[in-house]
Amino acid sequence: MKTRAMKFVKRLLAAALFAPVVAMAAGAALHLDKAPVSTDPAALQNGAKVFVNYCLNCHAASFVRYNRLKDIGLSEDLIKDNLLFTADKIGEQMKIAMTRDNGKLWFGAPPPDLTLVARARASGDGSGADWLYTYLRQFYRDPSRPTGWNNKVFENVGMPHVLWELQGDQVAHIEEKDDGHGGMHKEVSLELSKPGTQTAAEYDKTVADLVSFMVWMGEPMAESRKNIGTFVLLFLAGLFVLSYLLKKNFWKDIH
Amino acid sequence: MTTKSQALLNWVDERFPLTSTWKAHLSEYYAPKNFNFWYFFGSLALMVLVIQIVTGIFLVMHYKPDASLNASGVPVAFAAVEYIMRDVPGGWLIRYMHSTGASAFFVVVYLHMFRGMLYGSYRKPRELIWLFGVGIFLALMAEAFMGYLLPWGQMSFWGAQVIVNLFSAIPVIGPDLALVIRGDFVVSDATLNRFFSFHVIAVPLVLIGLVLAHIVALHEVGSNNPDGVEIKKKKDANGIPLDGIPFHPYYTVKDIVGVVGFLFVFSAVLFFAPEGGGYFLEYNNFLPADPLVTPPHIAPVWYFTPFYSLLRAVTYPLFGLDAKFWGVIAMGAGVVIFAFLPWLDRSPVKSIRYKGPIFKTALVLFVIIFFILGYLGVQPPDNGGIKDRTTQICSVLYFAFFLLMPFYSKMDKCKAEPERVTS
Repeated sequence: MKTRAMKFVKRLLAAALFAPVVAMAAGAALHLDKAPVSTDPAALQNGAKVFVNYCLNCHAASFVRYNRLKDIGLSEDLIKDNLLFTADKIGEQMKIAMTRDNGKLWFGAPPPDLTLVARARASGDGSGADWLYTYLRQFYRDPSRPTGWNNKVFENVGMPHVLWELQGDQVAHIEEKDDGHGGMHKEVSLELSKPGTQTAAEYDKTVADLVSFMVWMGEPMAESRKNIGTFVLLFLAGLFVLSYLLKKNFWKDIH
Repeated sequence: MTTKSQALLNWVDERFPLTSTWKAHLSEYYAPKNFNFWYFFGSLALMVLVIQIVTGIFLVMHYKPDASLNASGVPVAFAAVEYIMRDVPGGWLIRYMHSTGASAFFVVVYLHMFRGMLYGSYRKPRELIWLFGVGIFLALMAEAFMGYLLPWGQMSFWGAQVIVNLFSAIPVIGPDLALVIRGDFVVSDATLNRFFSFHVIAVPLVLIGLVLAHIVALHEVGSNNPDGVEIKKKKDANGIPLDGIPFHPYYTVKDIVGVVGFLFVFSAVLFFAPEGGGYFLEYNNFLPADPLVTPPHIAPVWYFTPFYSLLRAVTYPLFGLDAKFWGVIAMGAGVVIFAFLPWLDRSPVKSIRYKGPIFKTALVLFVIIFFILGYLGVQPPDNGGIKDRTTQICSVLYFAFFLLMPFYSKMDKCKAEPERVTS
């Protein structure tokens, strides 16, 4: 009885510690596509290019220094010649010229700093990368919005579709459906009405690279953290054996 | 020992109780020889306390408790944490040690408390040890709550807002009390600075004092053990307990095994899942605090959720007082009631090994209820639906475990305790 009860308690503790996150959001669950996040330098570098060219005009990444991009395999000269638009020195952070007041005036809300967006957007529905990957691919034309764009994941978002040249125009077919609980729920399906400069597959790849870069940016030390962690765990495993043998030796006369 | 170092030691001993303290607390402190797995968590709690203090010292070197916005429109305190994570060499490691350490502290302390409940460690003559322990638990909750405000993220801000507002439910003095705690009408820079002060100075001082008292009281009466029998009752000719062994070296080498095992699990989380699936670092806390945007769902960090459920379980006003007030009372009582365990347990034996089926069942049910309440505490309320009803039923059972203990522990059919510890 004692040991069985204790085993049960132990199992309960383990289950509680490692339980997956259950839906935390109060709203309806989002259906997010799984983002193919990559740590490949080529993908991250392409993502950096897209980020600097398309995002870093309205959004800052004010915790990221340009020279940190050396971590994804870029040389100082490459950074200076190709990416250094909003700063003079390579040690500076990715800031923007637009003030928050202007951002609020022009878009309704100041565009958020994107440094940590890939971590902040995680929820019970999926990782932050999944959210970004889905969000950036689900803009559609909506003449009723001031920017002319709306988004399936983030309804009535203030941001226009910045990557529209690449993806092209999508239109939405909106159906009101009975949700089975006496209410109506809107089902939006998207269709490409005018192709952009990239095919659907190419555009998905571009967004995947961009999202990978944003994941990297959210925690640039993530890879070295895991590398160090592997050595730490190996060291501790060895130390555990030694400490156990030490204990056993000291305790051999205790019965 | 050489005569010179012996002479030095003698010189010190004549002026300071060095050798006698070493003997009293380590080399001639006799602990029962039958400690099992559950007895690791006391020394582990002490180690996590040291980790938190040391990493905390380094964090304070770089952190700034300042709620004003910097040139990029980010609160300085929030930016300071990211500065530590990115620009301070090794800063991310120190910060993750501290944030993972907070959760680890509660894991270890909850297991340590559960050990006490398993083997009746709170019973006579160890009531004061237990009371100091409950004090440590209370101080730890205050420490964690105030520390959680410091990163100045959305959950920091709104969590503090919700919890401090609870104090305003207290009749007459409530609103003024909440005002004094915040130093402002809303959580603000004033709140951040006083919480910082409490988190790094006041509460740690109290914690260390209580931990010292906890250990001194323990060494005065001696440790309990999984059999719940007093080893001091059977001594040899020299007055040494027959079932006792010197803490040093036996338990120092044994606790090293526990420490290394713990560090393995701790490092696995720290290096591979520092967010703890959104439980150790909540996702919303990667957004800077914004007093104008309320998150859709405000959940406390996991270690507070069982007590948060007790708070939410009370939905009826009583004696003309708001339901919120009674919720606060329920939450407070849910913590403080642990202090009464030494007098609620009327069982003739201490250890679960010799207790009867009723107590065993009650304890297992209590653990299950504690987990259910913890789970429901992170869930959004469903307005009187199945979750809220479950919360209420579990809350009643939670208190029933304590309040009915004098009856069921007395009528339970216990086995006879052995004379000596079993191996």
